[in-house]
Amino acid sequence: MGNTLPILVLAIPFVMFLILGLGGVKMGRKLAGTLGILANGALAVVAYIIAFTYFFSGDPAFIDAEGVRQQLEVFDVTWLAFTDRLVVNIGFILDPIAAMMLVVITTISFMVHLYSWGYMEHEPGFQRYYAFLSLFTFSMLGLVVATNIFQMYIFWELVGVSSYLLIGFFYKLPSAVAASKKAFIVTRFADLFMLIGILVLSYYVAQTPADGPLGTASAFNFSMLNANAQSVLASTAGATFLGGSVLTWAMVLIFAGGMGKSAMMPLHIWLPDAMEGPTPVSALIHAATMVVAGVYLVARFFPVFGVVPNSMVFITVVGAITAFYAAVVACAQIDIKRVLAFSTISQIAFMMVALGCSYNQLVVHEGHTVLGYMSGMFHLFTHAMFKALLFLGAGCLIHAVHSNNYTEMGGLRKYMPICHITFLIGCLAIAGIWPFSGFFSKDEMITAMFNCNSFLGWWMTMVAGLTAFYMFRLYYLIFWWEENPKYKEHGHKPHDASWQMSLPLIILAAVSCVAGFIPFGEYVTFDGKPYTIHIQTSVAVRSLVVALLAIGLATLMYAKKNPLPEKVKNFWPALWTAAHRRFYWDEIYQFVTHRVIFNIICRSIAWFDRHIIDGTMNALAAVTQWTSLKIRGLQSGCVQAYVIWYFLGAVALAAITWVCLL
Amino acid sequence: MNLTMLCYLVPSLIMFAAGVYGFCTRKNMIALLISLELMLNAADLNFVVFNRFLFPGSMEGMFFTIFAIAIAAAETAVAIAIIINIYREVKNTDINSVKQMKF
Amino acid sequence: MDSLANIILYFVAAIAVIVFSVMTVTSRKILRAATYLLFVLLGTAVFYFQLGYEFLGAVQIAVYAGGIMVLFVFSILLTRRPDEKAPLLSTHRRGIGVALALVSFILLGLALFYMPFLSGVSLAQSIEAGATIDMHTIGQTLVGSDKFQYLLPFEAISVLLLACIIGGVTVARKR
Repeated sequence: MGNTLPILVLAIPFVMFLILGLGGVKMGRKLAGTLGILANGALAVVAYIIAFTYFFSGDPAFIDAEGVRQQLEVFDVTWLAFTDRLVVNIGFILDPIAAMMLVVITTISFMVHLYSWGYMEHEPGFQRYYAFLSLFTFSMLGLVVATNIFQMYIFWELVGVSSYLLIGFFYKLPSAVAASKKAFIVTRFADLFMLIGILVLSYYVAQTPADGPLGTASAFNFSMLNANAQSVLASTAGATFLGGSVLTWAMVLIFAGGMGKSAMMPLHIWLPDAMEGPTPVSALIHAATMVVAGVYLVARFFPVFGVVPNSMVFITVVGAITAFYAAVVACAQIDIKRVLAFSTISQIAFMMVALGCSYNQLVVHEGHTVLGYMSGMFHLFTHAMFKALLFLGAGCLIHAVHSNNYTEMGGLRKYMPICHITFLIGCLAIAGIWPFSGFFSKDEMITAMFNCNSFLGWWMTMVAGLTAFYMFRLYYLIFWWEENPKYKEHGHKPHDASWQMSLPLIILAAVSCVAGFIPFGEYVTFDGKPYTIHIQTSVAVRSLVVALLAIGLATLMYAKKNPLPEKVKNFWPALWTAAHRRFYWDEIYQFVTHRVIFNIICRSIAWFDRHIIDGTMNALAAVTQWTSLKIRGLQSGCVQAYVIWYFLGAVALAAITWVCLL
Repeated sequence: MNLTMLCYLVPSLIMFAAGVYGFCTRKNMIALLISLELMLNAADLNFVVFNRFLFPGSMEGMFFTIFAIAIAAAETAVAIAIIINIYREVKNTDINSVKQMKF
Repeated sequence: MDSLANIILYFVAAIAVIVFSVMTVTSRKILRAATYLLFVLLGTAVFYFQLGYEFLGAVQIAVYAGGIMVLFVFSILLTRRPDEKAPLLSTHRRGIGVALALVSFILLGLALFYMPFLSGVSLAQSIEAGATIDMHTIGQTLVGSDKFQYLLPFEAISVLLLACIIGGVTVARKR
């Protein structure tokens, strides 16, 4: 494979962004939409060819004689050289996870482009919307193919920008504007830590001698750092900060960036609000691709995370807490998109835990396939498909009833059969029911967690049960429960959406049905060696039983209108309210930012600015003004006075010269 | 008696001092211009004298003076054009009547 | 030893230059001041001839005494009556003028007497030592482009004069 296809992968969406962004005003909706969809279709084809070539061609560049898949840099161009070692390259890395991500991103992006054709049909700014989608696709692809951490950081910020633009797409709604700002500020705040982490890491790596194991390669390069993780650890040996080794700090800080993007606690607050954006955007960015960037970051840097077990423990703990928290909150949300958002947080946390918990296998059984890594990536793949499906389904529902809240829905199964069936498939997949895709990936993840620690395993099994419960609660409340009388009042009944919107649902539902049977371990593993997935019966049965119990409970409570949910709610109303208010995280942030930071720190800074900084400037101005007032008489307009002054000056100069010469 | 450098420089010096005096005391703009010409002339003379006595083999001083005379002519022409224009506006050529030009 | 004729000529010219330059700046009648200036310029031209720069002397007479003086006389006649006298100077003003003139005189005079390059070479010796400056050489030097040749300033001056003609016309024309 030459450079053409990889360059095309980045060039197509970028050129589309330029064309639609600059020329969108001049073109009609049809043209812009068609262009966007066609370009994305072409992009998907290119990405499939790359992934297919990588996985199946058997080229020795991609898979060596022992069947180990290789990581290679298709191209890597020096872009910015600070010093000999601190070199920022722009390149294209190709390895199992990158190829897998190419497929995921382009597939979901294509589905969302197609879906948006119907969903956004009557919205103003249709062309702008497609331009932003292209920008996002470009940035996300650039992120996953980054050869070095700095390139990843650049595209990391670019996806943040495109996310900001798309959340705030309905910029006339104050809530959308606030949500976009919130998302941008929170993720940017996290990225600040990531940047610090990158700088700390590269600082130590760049100091190693050129003849050492780290060689003279760029200190940002993933392949080099991953291949020499132990040397990276050695480079920071002895340096500690607040009781932790510097490398641990660096990796935790880098992970903090991932926490922001992937909405881990306590930086999760932006994701539920990000649902103010158009629903297809939520499907693409805030469910399937951008929010898994944090997971991808951990996977990409896995060996270096692996040499500092504390950072892996940190990832695991953060993930486990977030997964549980988000699952609980999701049980008490009314807005269906919020439920899905919290479900996304929970599922991403699941992947984080899967990655984080495999550290002991990495250390103890070095060289063995890391199950958590494989299953985390597997879940990333299946989750992207079924969560995009669920979001797109939610979009259809919102389109049909013009409300985000399930209280306006109920009994929709008769009116929207396609949406109903596909949504059900999505719910079954996320709940982990055989034979849907979620079962397989989740089963592997939970196996990995039990391998690590049985408490963690049980904890996450419980979260999986909660997942099944809240998803089916949502499903029943939307499609069963009680038919909303408003449908008949308005005269037009809710109905399935146009084919552009239904087709992606059907495709994604089909993928969600069969994706579990992909022998994922053959393709994506930590060390590149194929791994045969075998279902561990005990774990599988355990999680199936838990999931089925949860579904049963949901059926009992929500399948038909009954007073049971109210009773449960009133059993401990404070808990319900707390969960509904997301355990007051937003209020805590509000308090910290407004009361503490704004009031105490910013006020004093403002005082300093107003009195000291402005005061200095004002004093300068006042002195200048005073001086000018005093000397303005010199500018009399009387030429002879000028001559006299000039002459005196000349005399003074002559006198000085005289004194100096003699 | 020999005619040395000093014999030429002293008249030039007096010419210059007279120019300075005139420039500082006169009010008529044309008189100012005349004083200016005096000073310029003194400088021209110095160039030529230095050329003759110190560097007799070269001609830089002379050419400098030729150019200076050309520029003086140009300068005088423009200055007189301006003075005449001012005279049309304010009906006199007093230097103090154009103080407003500082703005 | 310079010839007696030269010395006499020098004294006539020097006295004329000194006296007339002082009279130029002290005369209260502007037209007379212009006339005295003419004599000063002519005296300077005599110096130029004496120093062996005939061309320069001719230029001095033609441009200064001929051209610029005519401009002065015309402008004086245009802007004031011939018999009009400048008012008497105030003591204050005269004081400043005298002080400045004295300062410059003393400063430059000191410079003259102390500067190391003051040579005692006589005029005849230096003229003998100097190169002959004929019209051919001057013409070659003015429009040549070698070292110590002045094509560029020559052209620049021509542009300046053109600009000055246009400027003079523009500024002085009636609106």
